[in-house]
Amino acid sequence: MIGDWLDIGPTDQIAPGTARTLPVQGGAEIAIFHTLDHQFYALVNQCPHKQGPLSQGIVHGNVVTCPLHSWNISLKTGKALGDDEGCVPTIPLRLDAGRLYLLREAVVGKRAA
Amino acid sequence: MNAPMSFSEGNGQPAMAERLVVIGNGMAGCRAVEEILARDPGRFAVTIFGAEPRVNYNRIMLSPVLAGEKAFEDIVINTADWYADNAITLVSGDPVVSIDRQAQTVIARSGRAEPYDRLLIATGSDPFIIPVPGAQLEGVVTFRDLDDVDRMLAAAEKGGSAVVIGGGLLGLEAAHGLNLRGMDVTVIHLMPTLMERQLDEAAGWLLKAELERRGQVILTGADTQEILATDDGKVAGVRLKDGREISADIVVMAVGIRPATGLAKAAGLDVERGIVVDDHMITSDPAIMAVGECVQHRGACYGLVAPLWDMCRALADAATGTPSGYEGSVTSTKLKVSGIDLFSAGDFSGGDGAEDIVMRDAARGIYKRVVVKEDRVVGAVLYGDTADGSWYFDLLKKGEDISAIREALIFGQAFASGGALADPNAAVAALSDDAEICGCNGVSKAAVVATINQGACSLDAVRSQCKASASCGSCTGLVESLLAITLGGAVQAGPKTLCKCTSFGHADVRRLIREKQLRAIPQVMQELHWTTPDGCASCRPALNYYLLCEWPGEYEDDQRSRFVNERMHANIQKDGTYSVVPRMWGGLTNPRELRAIADVVEKFNAPMVKVTGGQRLDIFGIKKEDLPAVWADLNAAGMVSGHAYGKSLRTVKTCVGSEWCRFGTQDSTGLGVKIERMTWGSWMPHKFKIAVSGCPRNCAEATIKDFGVVCVDSGYELHVGGNGGIKVRATDLLCKVETEAEAMDVCAAFIQLYREDAWYLERTAPWIERVGLDAVKAGLFDKPDSVKRLAAKFRYSQQFMQDDPWAERAAGRHAELHQHLAEVRPLPAHTTSLEFAK
Repeated sequence: MIGDWLDIGPTDQIAPGTARTLPVQGGAEIAIFHTLDHQFYALVNQCPHKQGPLSQGIVHGNVVTCPLHSWNISLKTGKALGDDEGCVPTIPLRLDAGRLYLLREAVVGKRAA
Repeated sequence: MNAPMSFSEGNGQPAMAERLVVIGNGMAGCRAVEEILARDPGRFAVTIFGAEPRVNYNRIMLSPVLAGEKAFEDIVINTADWYADNAITLVSGDPVVSIDRQAQTVIARSGRAEPYDRLLIATGSDPFIIPVPGAQLEGVVTFRDLDDVDRMLAAAEKGGSAVVIGGGLLGLEAAHGLNLRGMDVTVIHLMPTLMERQLDEAAGWLLKAELERRGQVILTGADTQEILATDDGKVAGVRLKDGREISADIVVMAVGIRPATGLAKAAGLDVERGIVVDDHMITSDPAIMAVGECVQHRGACYGLVAPLWDMCRALADAATGTPSGYEGSVTSTKLKVSGIDLFSAGDFSGGDGAEDIVMRDAARGIYKRVVVKEDRVVGAVLYGDTADGSWYFDLLKKGEDISAIREALIFGQAFASGGALADPNAAVAALSDDAEICGCNGVSKAAVVATINQGACSLDAVRSQCKASASCGSCTGLVESLLAITLGGAVQAGPKTLCKCTSFGHADVRRLIREKQLRAIPQVMQELHWTTPDGCASCRPALNYYLLCEWPGEYEDDQRSRFVNERMHANIQKDGTYSVVPRMWGGLTNPRELRAIADVVEKFNAPMVKVTGGQRLDIFGIKKEDLPAVWADLNAAGMVSGHAYGKSLRTVKTCVGSEWCRFGTQDSTGLGVKIERMTWGSWMPHKFKIAVSGCPRNCAEATIKDFGVVCVDSGYELHVGGNGGIKVRATDLLCKVETEAEAMDVCAAFIQLYREDAWYLERTAPWIERVGLDAVKAGLFDKPDSVKRLAAKFRYSQQFMQDDPWAERAAGRHAELHQHLAEVRPLPAHTTSLEFAK
């Protein structure tokens, strides 16, 4: 069970309302978000619109606003909200004893678009 | 009621009775025994081992004991009589030290060996001690059992001060008790909001404000580095990682609990975070059961009491031959601090299809948030009024369809069950004429209707004419209903609101921040009845600016409410890299600066350098990880941030002026440098550009800037409101002055007026078009001292703004904004290495 999940360290490395990044060699960089109501999400760090780094957007509710053109992306589903259409892959994330785990196959399996 | 049984071990048990040994005399162990006895009283001969030298008591009521609201006798669950009446052997004060599974025997510290047929492990949890220097000092206590409470009470009797590390449920209850006992209490909490596992930002803020009002000092975002000692080895205080020191006579560690799994692990049972059990609370050894905080069931560990009861029922069912199965618990939390009503349950992370229903009542200090998904309640946070907590929790647990009562759900059970509220307008129409609509301004329904009938066709018109809904806005819905009832379709849409989270426009928000002395973003959202829990990408930056402008030196900038460029102090580009523009005062530079820029370009392989329209150099293609190093190099050559990324003063463009130019009338370059030194670092509603031209030929293009100076023989013409962007607008002439000093004062005053009056993201050009040049002139010149007063306000605020943000970052502040968490490097042999950032 543990082997399928990649331990990426303690949750307190990511302050609420912010995100941090996890580059993947040969794959797409991942953004890990911590919302103001203390949920964690992991998404490929690329807006479906023009590949803006979502990790740098403003986080509100469970939505991030892309820093490039203000698309709103659902952190839970990766889907663009409102009238915009598009979807960014999400990475299954698990919390255990104050540490964050990402599903290994999803981390190394997401190749850059 | 039981068959008589001997108290002595091993002898005289009825032949049928199996030997049940329970390790742990706490709430879970005893409850499990109670449940078993209720089902099949003669089935087991029970022996309970307890580490504490006393009978079983209600651990969750230790907080009221500490607070002096209850005595120990009040919280005892099972008296000595209970053990005797049920023929239970209680071995207290002699903890079990090992389990011999082969021999089916437990060994206690005294050497006592107790054989079992069935064993129940209910060892609960241990308080987590953060491993900092000094954690073992005398005077550092946890908050777990009655001995801890006694130690705290002994400290409180001597008075003095206490530090509580941990702003969760337990820590806050300890802090409350010590505060009531007369100690000066400081709570140190690592996270930015209190009780972050149960509360959202809005409720956490309300709680913090109330505890501070009661005299506690609450330090959030505070990381403990060390516990300090006196010369004789007792606790003296706490030092935080940021260097602050807080003196203390007692330190309470309440940062969390860990399942107590030591015995189980040593016995070779399956243990992950807790002792792994199945749905019947059976461990990996079929003869051994476990229950309570020490177990892990379907991946979850629980630290609250309600799940224990559910587990004990399932355990007793299975142990008595009628297995039912435990399926996990949905938990809710209430804070046991008298006078503070706080409730939280379920999941408030929202998600696809989830919708927040938020109600705030600032006057009564109420915040309610119910999260609904697919017509079912999935989470709730209540502050100030928790009367409906159990109702929401019930709806949540049962998964009831709430579509029929959705409109009235947030108002609570009494309201929603009334059933007559399908149409909110009908409810308002039914109100009597003298019903009070606006409590803040005392406006009745009849007065609002009369105002509407006299021609107020919009919310804004009603607000300005009779003041209803003009203060806190909580009656906005009622006024809108009255507009709809009175006018039908003729209601005019109001002016643009700040964003979809509020019914107020920018001007009202700014006015109310001032009038109500609002000093924090969650406070604005609460007092002005925001309809979302934590705002959106439009209102957060606006509120952050308004508060920064209103309370210079007091308000702490909220990085999370900043657009990326202002958070990273550089301009994001389409590929996610950044461009860096160091300040060149008045467009002047020198060999040292140029060399440093050239070196940075080479060292960091910047693919492009460009001269900007604002007379400086822009270095492109810098990665976010490299920004602090780039800034350190530029700082070393004396350069600071150019704020080319901010809603702030950008550049002061100059021409060469009288020093070199044959047409120059004044020292335009020198004045430009002075103005830039005065204005750099200031935050504005939008970007702000200045230029100084040395003669009317206007080579610095001063007449398309936000503030432009055109030098003439007799002095300085000052122009405002120009824009060279999407919609070109030439400046309006504001005034003419004779001296440099006057030009500087008017510049500072104009900027301050713009900062205080314009809406966020409104450049000076649209601002002046909106309010009119005459209004700007009146603001500056109608009273003889206005310019001096506004300029003084601007300069006061500037003293807090003119620290180079790059220098802070280069020195390591907010390093987390620049560093990756780690890097994943997949290796061929199905392994993956993870390189952690320092």
